[in-house]
Amino acid sequence: MANRKDPMGIGLAVLNRIASSPTIDKLGLRKAAERAVYQGAKSGFQVAGAANRTFKKRKGAGQPQRLAKTSAPGVFDLTPTEDQQMIVGVVEEFAAEVLRPGAEEAEKNNTTSKEVLQQTGEFGLTLLNIPESLGGLSEDRSAVTGVLVAEALSNGDMGQAVACLAPAAVATAISLWGSDAQQQTYLDAFTGDDAPVAALAVAEPRPLFDPLTLETKATKTANGWKLNGVKSAVVRGTEAELFVVSADIEGQGPGLLLIESSTAGVTIQDDPSMGLRAAGLTRLVLTDVEVPADALLGDGSTDDYRECIRLSRLAWAGLALGTARSVLDYTKEYVKTREAFGEPIAYRQSVAFMVANIAIELEGMRLVTLKAASRAEQGLDCSREVALARKLTAEYGMKIGTDGVQLLGGHGFVKEHPVERWYRDLRAIAVMEGAVLV
Amino acid sequence: MINLETPKKLRGFIKQANQVADNFLRANSRKYDLAEHEYPKELDLLASLIDGMGDSGQGQGAGAAGVRRSEDELEKDKIKNGTNMSSVLSVIEMCWGDVGLLLSMPRQGLGNSAIASVATDEQLERFKGTWAAMAITEPSFGSDSAAITTTAVKDGDAYVLNGEKIFVTSGDRADSVVVWATLDKSLGRAAIKSFVVPKSLPGIRVERLEHKLGIRASDTAVIVLDNCRVPAENLLGSPEIDTKQGFAGAMATFDNTRPLVAGMAVGCARAALEDTRELLEKAGVEIDYDRPAQTQSAAAATFLQLEADWEASLLLTLEAAWLADNRKPNSMEASMAKAKAGRVGNDITLRCVELASTLGYGETELLEKWSRDSKILDIFEGTQQIQQLIVARRLLELSSSQLK
Repeated sequence: MANRKDPMGIGLAVLNRIASSPTIDKLGLRKAAERAVYQGAKSGFQVAGAANRTFKKRKGAGQPQRLAKTSAPGVFDLTPTEDQQMIVGVVEEFAAEVLRPGAEEAEKNNTTSKEVLQQTGEFGLTLLNIPESLGGLSEDRSAVTGVLVAEALSNGDMGQAVACLAPAAVATAISLWGSDAQQQTYLDAFTGDDAPVAALAVAEPRPLFDPLTLETKATKTANGWKLNGVKSAVVRGTEAELFVVSADIEGQGPGLLLIESSTAGVTIQDDPSMGLRAAGLTRLVLTDVEVPADALLGDGSTDDYRECIRLSRLAWAGLALGTARSVLDYTKEYVKTREAFGEPIAYRQSVAFMVANIAIELEGMRLVTLKAASRAEQGLDCSREVALARKLTAEYGMKIGTDGVQLLGGHGFVKEHPVERWYRDLRAIAVMEGAVLV
Repeated sequence: MINLETPKKLRGFIKQANQVADNFLRANSRKYDLAEHEYPKELDLLASLIDGMGDSGQGQGAGAAGVRRSEDELEKDKIKNGTNMSSVLSVIEMCWGDVGLLLSMPRQGLGNSAIASVATDEQLERFKGTWAAMAITEPSFGSDSAAITTTAVKDGDAYVLNGEKIFVTSGDRADSVVVWATLDKSLGRAAIKSFVVPKSLPGIRVERLEHKLGIRASDTAVIVLDNCRVPAENLLGSPEIDTKQGFAGAMATFDNTRPLVAGMAVGCARAALEDTRELLEKAGVEIDYDRPAQTQSAAAATFLQLEADWEASLLLTLEAAWLADNRKPNSMEASMAKAKAGRVGNDITLRCVELASTLGYGETELLEKWSRDSKILDIFEGTQQIQQLIVARRLLELSSSQLK
């Protein structure tokens, strides 16, 4: 099935990592959480002190490595490749066995446990979009796989899913748009055993935020750039060692820059929000932050940045799908067992039709998201499809969230059931920019 | 491998269909909207063209009969974009031209789809070339197809049919009608069978034609069956009353025709969206896909929402057809497609009128017409509410006695 020419050959590489991971064996998966704790304890909490990591600058030899486009098959087809089915199968199981049961705790702690992060690290999520030649798993773009993985993780818990996917966003950004030198300097760290905590910071805290009109400014200095501004929705900012930040770059418009957390003028503020609490959302405050000229990601072009915005929205759309599916499955069971007036409430059209509409809208937004992702990986213009996928997942994702609570009535409003958390998480889809990428 | 682009091998065919729709259907849209019940003679030529394309294989099996699920041609492990896909794609193009005129296409009636879906090979050959309308609804019921009162009584080598059928699309122009009738009312749904009734037989007559809100180019007839003797071999499917199988046989037709009706809504709505976009652009409204909708004008934001809903309904429709082509069950998906496309098709066309103000409301543009045409697409072949009922029953695994 998988050979070098197979666009999804990366799947086997991922599976191989999973198979060789001591925490995931088929029989032991039910005990995965406990094993993860064991594993975490054994390797120690190496993240402590890592915030002072400096990335040793390396010179590039020439051209950056880029992932190839996926070749267009020419046939309308909704079947994931065998590799995708296997990856998604494993991630789904992990989401069901580890993320879902741990969601309440993670939310209470406002963070995702080291063990969970380590486990997803072992899956190779961060490596999905790093070229093989740079130690990653991939030869081709795999936006569809990215969406399917985001969906599967989010079906367990969106907050933890975002925490797990955040470093991958930075790795993906460097891999897609970074210069050769940047790839050499940073990607090594992501492919090693002790991958850095990293965050893609795009959003800014103000009404009607538009990622193409930024208030964070990068002004020219003698040696490089000086940044000022506030970024929001920065995942695990307090722990992050590396940021990719969007700013209005003097003389060329909005684009992306690399900032190491040890740079003077970088401060992090907690920014707890209505949902996604396990993602440890923060604000990144940039006060006269001086970075060298080569901090521009690639050449800091607005075209790359637009692509970044699209791929990020696509990842959020994928996350919406997973949580919306959780709502559908949960309410389906609930309305069949909850009785009123002497029969299950599912026997009433007003209830049953709400569930039917959740399923209809979910299927519609899922297909549009997959279309956008397949266009992205085939190198086709996907701006329209991404915009439509975002519109649908924002609109109907929230509708599904609120209908989920409504179907449970007062029980939906209390924390005894997870639907109120899904409601809070699904509100994020319309407002989020950056943070995750496919 | 996941790919939702229009199949490569069908692109040329779709382009052709679009040109046909533009020159034969769209060009005559207003004419036959105003001249209700007048026969659109331009379509005879077009129908011959389509028959020719079909016989030469160029038609890719498109048209009403393209929904047949043949047993032989599916290669193992090979994903197929077959006749369900090409039918639905051509219906979308044609309804971008004009829904009413598509429904009036000679030999492309819903009855033809029914024949294609359930006829034996012998029947298929015998009914080749007929233009078949579909007659299910009666004055006493609409959605509740099991309540059929039209009777079919076996008498020697024929069935004698008696009853009144309403809302028969192309009932006047078609040369035969697929009539749903019961062999024995006491045996419920299982006794309901469909019969191909040639209009040349004595005892079948068109009582009157309806005047309608939209799709005026298409004739909608009341048909009376008065001791109409139909040859026994015109019964589609098995004459046995199998109470275990129940309604399934007759209802199977809907799995194939609902995606087509969803496609009609998708095509009609696309016409409205394209026209509106052009009008908005002339008025200085640009739609930017990268900027958040709420930072753009209200008109642009509305348009984005409509386009998003449209895209979802298109892909749900293609999914239902793709499942059928690949021999996978698609009852629920067909109903999902019909539900979504039916409601957003209507919403889109109505909002497009609103966006274009009185220009959209007047007859100089076709927007007002599309907003009238689209309403029926959320009603016939199962209303919005019936589709939701089907989806809900499947999802929740409830019977019709539990979820009424």
